[in-house]
Amino acid sequence: MITRFLLQGMNRSLRLFVLLVLAVGVALPLLNQLMPPGSPFHVPAWLLQLIGKYLSFALLALAVDLVWGFCGILSLGHGAFFALGGYCMGMYLMRQIGSRGVYGNPLLPDFMVFLNYKQLPWFWYGFDNFGFAMLMAVLVPSILAFALGWFAFRSRVTGVYLSIITQAMTFALMLAFFRNDMGLGGNNGMTDFKEILGFSVQADSTRAVLCFASALTLALGLIVSAAIVGSRFGKALTAVRDAESRMRFLGYRVEGYKLFVFVFSAAMAGIAGALYVPQVGIINPSEFSPANSIEAVLWVAVGGRGTLIGPVIGAFIVNFGKTWLTGALPEVWLFALGALFIVVTLLLPKGVVGLWGQIKARSQAKKARAPT
Amino acid sequence: MTDTSMRSTSALLYLSGVTVSFDGFKALNNLSLLVEPGEMRAIIGPNGAGKTTMMDVVTGKTRPDSGEVVFDGRADLTKLDEADIATLGIGRKFQKPTVFENHTVRDNLLLALSGLRNWYRLLLAMPTRAENDRLAEILSIIRMEEQQHMLGARLSHGQKQWLEIGMLLAQDPKLLLVDEPVAGMTDVETETTAQVLREINKTHSVVVVEHDMSFVRALDVKVTVLHEGSMLAEGTLDQVSADQRVVEVYLGR
Ligand SMILES: Nc1ncnc2c1ncn2[C@@H]1O[C@H](COP(=O)(O)OP(=O)(O)OP(=O)(O)O)[C@@H](O)[C@H]1O
Ligand SMILES: [Mg+2]
Repeated sequence: MITRFLLQGMNRSLRLFVLLVLAVGVALPLLNQLMPPGSPFHVPAWLLQLIGKYLSFALLALAVDLVWGFCGILSLGHGAFFALGGYCMGMYLMRQIGSRGVYGNPLLPDFMVFLNYKQLPWFWYGFDNFGFAMLMAVLVPSILAFALGWFAFRSRVTGVYLSIITQAMTFALMLAFFRNDMGLGGNNGMTDFKEILGFSVQADSTRAVLCFASALTLALGLIVSAAIVGSRFGKALTAVRDAESRMRFLGYRVEGYKLFVFVFSAAMAGIAGALYVPQVGIINPSEFSPANSIEAVLWVAVGGRGTLIGPVIGAFIVNFGKTWLTGALPEVWLFALGALFIVVTLLLPKGVVGLWGQIKARSQAKKARAPT
Repeated sequence: MTDTSMRSTSALLYLSGVTVSFDGFKALNNLSLLVEPGEMRAIIGPNGAGKTTMMDVVTGKTRPDSGEVVFDGRADLTKLDEADIATLGIGRKFQKPTVFENHTVRDNLLLALSGLRNWYRLLLAMPTRAENDRLAEILSIIRMEEQQHMLGARLSHGQKQWLEIGMLLAQDPKLLLVDEPVAGMTDVETETTAQVLREINKTHSVVVVEHDMSFVRALDVKVTVLHEGSMLAEGTLDQVSADQRVVEVYLGR
């Protein structure tokens, strides 16, 4: 039953793509660990870290695409779910520091000692346990998405109004997390992590495992998303996207469909955030910045909305461009981003994946026309 | 009150004193209408008479300002939403054909097929033998076996109309509301549609709105004439077309 469910959405190109993701996730860490540093085949740790980061962004993009590409809900607040997942991981990592902090307090993280906390706030309990923290990285974004979706979808808030609400949500969270009395590190956030599951977060071997874990999670995310999209539920979902009121007149409770993907997608974004934080070594309120959520939407638009491969490709292309440009010409990046947005909406409505489909169709048509 | 006595009539659809206004303009003005179980009713009337608005009220899309709308002698349709009303057994074909453009003809029918509606059931649902048989049956009734794997977006206007009728069949409602089914069809297609509707009427109640008089004549059923949101006349097509007020309304536009 479960395997049949999981396999129903897989087609050949997606299967190849999942294998590619896994191959990258296995090969890069192995080349880092097995090849000596002088060898031309050695993959440096910074590259592992970079690819691992991109992989977590790709998972976030996939989450955005599930709601936007397949259900027509343009969420401009997925960065918030990503950041909440990241904060849960950050809290775990903070509690692993223990007495090695600057103030040497065995229980309280440094920023709490600095702010004269006498005891650990209640919501920090349990976060010394990795399993609990990961559970929260999924649950906290899910619960927030459920609460927001419950009200919005029932009162039939759609289109640009929904986008504005989600954007307001991430903005409000950013302001809240900037405050010191939230007990979550204020504007400095959390950093100076030492260990994850007993392994140093700085070690190459840990980076290798994290990169692999990100690839594996992305592959799983692709498989489960494909199963959802390929099921009869998925057909109903795209029908809701294309003609919501028609679905209601057919007897479908549209809110239930939207709520499920919205919550599932938020959970996926939370996991992506939890993978991101140990690889970049910091989480702070700027992750909630509205621009982050908009950027994630752009990744999907560039790669190809409403496809599963598109968001992954889009996340890699845009972030590679960002890494390169912010290094080479930092002041140009924002303009490049804006230009990209215009080019994609005007010329590539189906993104890079759609372009690829067009080229293939054209060459096939040419072949068909050519005399044999 | 007379209301309660009327409610206990055998009528399948019962509208009484229904008024709908848009910014002060009364699209429906104290409209009353009775449709008996098993009946097919044709509704005619000039543009803007309120025919589509009447269907909007029955299907829960528009809430009336006042009046009663009762289905099957018990369900108060003014209190229910679209999905509830559809589940009770009222299906609708829209004036502007709306099929799912990014789904194949077959998937359009599958989505309309009565039965599964819960999202969690649909996640694991596999097509059953009975469902496939039913789809094959409907595809043959609407004569679209060959197009079953074609996307909705690629269908012609007439084919979309047919697909919508097929979706109604798949939904298998007690009452079908059909808004202008033959708009944009050729004479032959119009003739076939009339046949199909008469066939459907053997097992379902039907309310059909149409401007095409030859089509209404071919249906050969009781006709209700709407004008400015109220009922103007009711009877056979010959009776209503002999009515002086009806003639005026149609000539006057
Ligand atoms: N949502 C709305 N807002 C404002 N006015 C509306 C709305 N819906 C319908 N109307 C008006 O109500 C009147 C009745 O419209 P309706 O669509 O019911 O007419 P109809 O009998 O179906 O006409 P047609 O034969 O052209 O389809 C029209 O004057 C229309 O402009
Ligand atoms: Mg109309």
